[in-house]
Amino acid sequence: MIEIENVHKSFGALEVVKGVTMTVEKGEVVSVIGGSGSGKSTLLMCINGLEPINSGHILVDGTDVHARGTDINRLRRKIGIVFQQWNAFPHLTVLENVMLAPRKVLGKPKAEAEAIAVEKLSHVGLGEKLKVYPSKLSGGQQQRMAIARALAMSPDYMLFDEVTSALDPQLVGEVLDTMRMLSSEGMTMIVVTHEIAFAREVSDRVAFFHKGKIHEIGPPAQVIGNPQQPETATFLKSVL
Amino acid sequence: MNYTFHWRPAFRALPDMLWGALVTLEVAVLSMVLGVFFAVLLALASGSRFRALRAFATSWVELARNTPALFQIYMAYFGLGSLGIYLDSFPALLAGITFNNAGYLAETFRGGLRAVPPTQVRAARSLGMGPVQAFRLIVLPQMFRVVFHPLTNQMVWAILMTSLGVVVGLNNDLTGVTQDLNVKSFRSFEFFAIAAVIYYLIAKFVTGSARLMAWRLFRY
Repeated sequence: MIEIENVHKSFGALEVVKGVTMTVEKGEVVSVIGGSGSGKSTLLMCINGLEPINSGHILVDGTDVHARGTDINRLRRKIGIVFQQWNAFPHLTVLENVMLAPRKVLGKPKAEAEAIAVEKLSHVGLGEKLKVYPSKLSGGQQQRMAIARALAMSPDYMLFDEVTSALDPQLVGEVLDTMRMLSSEGMTMIVVTHEIAFAREVSDRVAFFHKGKIHEIGPPAQVIGNPQQPETATFLKSVL
Repeated sequence: MNYTFHWRPAFRALPDMLWGALVTLEVAVLSMVLGVFFAVLLALASGSRFRALRAFATSWVELARNTPALFQIYMAYFGLGSLGIYLDSFPALLAGITFNNAGYLAETFRGGLRAVPPTQVRAARSLGMGPVQAFRLIVLPQMFRVVFHPLTNQMVWAILMTSLGVVVGLNNDLTGVTQDLNVKSFRSFEFFAIAAVIYYLIAKFVTGSARLMAWRLFRY
């Protein structure tokens, strides 16, 4: 379970997250929608401690992410994240990209790490691209590799940060399909996205972010289908 | 032109010259190893929070890059000598070239470090790697590719700079040996021509093997 309690986060004088509280249960898929600069990506970075917070608490399975004594490297093993700019490691092959963390972070033997990597890569449809360098892949393939790389750590949670925003329109589908598959397998996911139709389809709940706060949260049929807040309705009108 | 070429005595001296070339390589390799070491420290110092460290690094880099290498070697030998610190020819030459290498390479490393986007570190950390692990496994290999060719160039430059050792009395490197042979026999053209060919071959060997290494290492 991920518990976010009254989290505030500023970059210098600019406060981007202004008191967010929400809980994500095991097995749940929560989509976060909202305009650019509404603080949704920043919140995601705070959940696995890539960004520090100014106040509040974020608990992952009861462990305070930002507490002094927390072993953040250990905690991150169970929180996978996929970025907008997929961030493939260019000097490693697709297989090596996915094997690296299981070997060096989890200390698995080479054969085992390789087996895991092959399994995850096949799962996202890249079983034929093991020996290829990322520069030879399309954006959609690199993004799927990034998903496999996160999955290879067997995380309990997956965070997706606008993973289709930097892709050509014809490549969006293959990445969304991969995420659909994960959600059907019961993965707990927080998905920051601009793909409203996708959010509606896969989410258990949708959170609408506005000016650093959760303006509305609930089942997709409510938040997207029948928004209660005028800001949500205005936002949806602008993107649909 | 009434100079008659006598190549035979020059070729007879070839083994001596090749031994000299070995000393040349020794100075060059040592100066590169030490140069890389100091360059890393300088690159880190130039990004430091402490002004004194930054100033020190900047001065080193500025002096190394904007004064003649010959003066840098003179300084290590005669300059320090007049301050009461006496270095032999070999360490003085080594110090001078190391100073020069470190200055140039510090800038190279600084650029190389900047060429690796910070998002790479972020991705590595998100997978549970610690900061040192992320640097070693993700940043360093990518940086190495960026600095590889400048590093090769500096190595060639270091080899050629060792010939300046003769001005601080080094007599067992390739130039030193050649100079001695020249003084003894006055077959100046022959000896210097052969020495030049040896320098050329060493330099070509270095760039050639570097190219081969780059081809093996950087498949991406």
